[in-house]
Amino acid sequence: MLKRAQALFLRLLSPVIALAIAGNVSAESATRQLNMPQGVTEVSQAAYDIHMIMMWICTVIGVAVFGFMFYVMYAHRKSRGAVAANFHENHVVELIWTIVPALILIVMAIPATTALLKVYDTENADIDIKVTGYQWKWQYEYIGEGVKYMSELRTSQDEIYGRAPKGEHYLREVTEPLVIPTGKKVRFLITGNDVIHSWWVPDFGVKRDAVPGLFTAAWAKTDVPGTYVGECTELCGIGHAFMPVVVEVKEEADYNEWLAGKKAEAAEYASTIGKEWTFDELMVRGEEVYERSCAGCHQSDGNGITGVFPALKDSPIALGAKEGHIAVLIDGVAGTSMQSFADQLSEVDIAAVVHYERNAWGNDVGDITQPIDVLNYKQGQ
Amino acid sequence: MAHGPATLADGWGKYISRWVFTTNHKDIGTLYLWFSFAMFIMGGAFAMIIRAELFQPGMQLIKPEFFNQMTTMHGLVMVFGAIMPAFVGLANWLIPMMIGAPDMALPRMNNLSFWILPFAFAILTSTLFMEGGGPNFGWTFYAPLSTTYAPDTVNYFIFGVHIMGASSIMGSINIIATVMNMRAPGMTYMKMPLFVWTWVITAFLLVAVMPVLAGAVTMMLMDINFGTSFFDAAGGGDPVLFQHIFWFFGHPEVYIIILPAFGVVSQIIPTFSRKPLFGYSSMVYATAAIAFLSFVVWAHHMFTVGMPIAGELYFMYATMLIAVPTGVKVFNWITTMYRGSLTFETPMLFSIAFVILFTFGGFTGMMLSIAAADMQYHDTYFVVAHFHYVMVAGAVFSGTAAVYYWLPKWCGRMYDETMGKVQFWIAFIGFNITFMPQHFLGLAGMPRRYADYGLQFADWNMVSSIGAFMYGGAQILFLFNVIRTIGWGKPTDDPKVWEGAEGLEWTLPTPAPYHTFATPPKIK
Repeated sequence: MLKRAQALFLRLLSPVIALAIAGNVSAESATRQLNMPQGVTEVSQAAYDIHMIMMWICTVIGVAVFGFMFYVMYAHRKSRGAVAANFHENHVVELIWTIVPALILIVMAIPATTALLKVYDTENADIDIKVTGYQWKWQYEYIGEGVKYMSELRTSQDEIYGRAPKGEHYLREVTEPLVIPTGKKVRFLITGNDVIHSWWVPDFGVKRDAVPGLFTAAWAKTDVPGTYVGECTELCGIGHAFMPVVVEVKEEADYNEWLAGKKAEAAEYASTIGKEWTFDELMVRGEEVYERSCAGCHQSDGNGITGVFPALKDSPIALGAKEGHIAVLIDGVAGTSMQSFADQLSEVDIAAVVHYERNAWGNDVGDITQPIDVLNYKQGQ
Repeated sequence: MAHGPATLADGWGKYISRWVFTTNHKDIGTLYLWFSFAMFIMGGAFAMIIRAELFQPGMQLIKPEFFNQMTTMHGLVMVFGAIMPAFVGLANWLIPMMIGAPDMALPRMNNLSFWILPFAFAILTSTLFMEGGGPNFGWTFYAPLSTTYAPDTVNYFIFGVHIMGASSIMGSINIIATVMNMRAPGMTYMKMPLFVWTWVITAFLLVAVMPVLAGAVTMMLMDINFGTSFFDAAGGGDPVLFQHIFWFFGHPEVYIIILPAFGVVSQIIPTFSRKPLFGYSSMVYATAAIAFLSFVVWAHHMFTVGMPIAGELYFMYATMLIAVPTGVKVFNWITTMYRGSLTFETPMLFSIAFVILFTFGGFTGMMLSIAAADMQYHDTYFVVAHFHYVMVAGAVFSGTAAVYYWLPKWCGRMYDETMGKVQFWIAFIGFNITFMPQHFLGLAGMPRRYADYGLQFADWNMVSSIGAFMYGGAQILFLFNVIRTIGWGKPTDDPKVWEGAEGLEWTLPTPAPYHTFATPPKIK
């Protein structure tokens, strides 16, 4: 008991301790960041600079104003024998403290405008990437390259619900990050598929809402390879906290290699689609896909959330004809938050997850759904 | 006095009828204040659930679905149920007494505007127990999350918002009518106490923007049930249109909340400085300027939505301008204290904390107005910290100050000063422990409305939660102190109560009789 109390006490103190040892540049203290990151692009640097300018101006004004106020509170208290004066107007002072702040604002508007012009300088990009927000994942499409894939949270539901220890990259890891090269101006064209999301990479200074029916543009150009983590910053439903953005910046040669690999992957995939999968192979893959793409709403145990997300366990669709089940995934259900997964999951993944849903949690249909069934359904449309 | 109010001694039936059918501004003020305190406790309970879940990373107590309902309901209940009715309650109690009027101009409408409120909130909170749960799309209810993707209970939410809007509009019309028509002879506009001035301006804002909110929710209702596509891109509508409409209401709304708070503080600081308010007329003009600016800055809530750069620049410049009149107010309050004879009773402590913390929130507001930096701040905990500094340390602190300041006048009993001061310090420290770390969280990259977060945010979230529980505890003490005062406080019949108090309400007997100023007072 005493040990636990001690541990808790230390945890409570840890931010204070972290501040005290802020000079120590370990990975530990880097995670306890207090200020806006400077980031690795011109835009993030501009945002940081104007942020610091504003903060210092506010600090100076704050120290002066509050300093005077505390002096008044000390010096003019009744208990020290202060007798109230009776003035209540002074036009000169009042004019001064109207005009001086206005002048400060005008001066501040200059760097603020310059910084904003930089943010909006999206012309002449070398690479265009379309970013689409889905509930609750991101899709990246390299325009003109034929490369398109989904990027989803990799952290397991078990970690989130405390059934397994949380990993080092808890909620900061995705199935496939966005990859961009160093030294190239990359333009992001951002839109949403269902509700509004917002794509944020703090180290790029890029935050744009992903609004359905609207494209917004942002850009980044950096020379610093590395992995940069961001978040979705517009409330988008129950998975809002569970759709991080991860961007990997690679040297140009590595990037080209990666891009060629992605293209080959797409070609290779086309050949596996006709493969015959076994019952157990599909169950294993299906569970993976389910946990990643379905469990957020329908829950790991298939019970859904009453009144919002229907249960799949014992559901007429999961127990009914295979084609009907595939149709729900391919077409979605109009007027509900069940979206179409046709663009989000591959035929193999759709087959696997349909198979899994028909044969898990006591759903015991016993049939096998092959990728070719999904392809047939798609082509039959 | 012709007749007094029914008390419990007349039997429960009469006592309840008195409150249900009352047209007396003091009774209605009391009803508003108790209602708002009940809502404050409820919204506070929602906040405690939120902070308990965020105490540690991972989902421990509730699911994300319920978490979203809690953040939404916390915002709605606090803004529409706690803060706004609290200031309407103060207006009801004080405006007639401050301008020498016998009552509000439209007493029956006054009764109606209060009594529809409990129904609005019963409808709203009942959704928490329905299939599908309560509203889960944030208090800003952006479409299409609040339309196509909302639970069916959203219709109850819309109905509830309509009723609240009707209540606010009626309350405001009443205040405008009262101030325009019922001032005692000689009470010219420029002699009115600043609390009255701030409320008149607030009332005009309310009358202007509540119909806009009603329009927004009606369009939602049409989109959800009648096949229109105002906010649905697939049908030719525009989700961004919703945000423009919402914030055209929403930005004046935040000044609706803060202007009466300015008024309260402008009454209290002179009293405990024993010196008249500095720069009265510039205070009035500054309030009007803030109200005007509030209509033309709304899209600064939407800097990341992808507006053209001309729009961004305009909204940035206009927003920065707000600092000028707000600065004038802060300088005036401090100069009022300068060369005064200061004492630090509980209402003064809360008012001074208001000035400091509100100004702090104003600084972060100025930082947020810079569009390029806002791209990093937007929708993070930095924003959460900013608006809690102006809403809680602003509106709630000034409301608390007001209750302590006028309670002795209302009930003829003094509150316990020590308990009040203890409450103040717990609230002040708890508040800062809660919200100061949220600035760091936001700058380090934690978005708002997150049910769960990465390990790098764990420490400050824990600190913030502990502060929140502390601040919550202070409110229990507040409730206890108020009840103790009304029931068992030390009786007082000093009309002035406070040595430095000025104004018509302090010329009335203490406790204030049920009917006051049946004949108008003479104003020098």
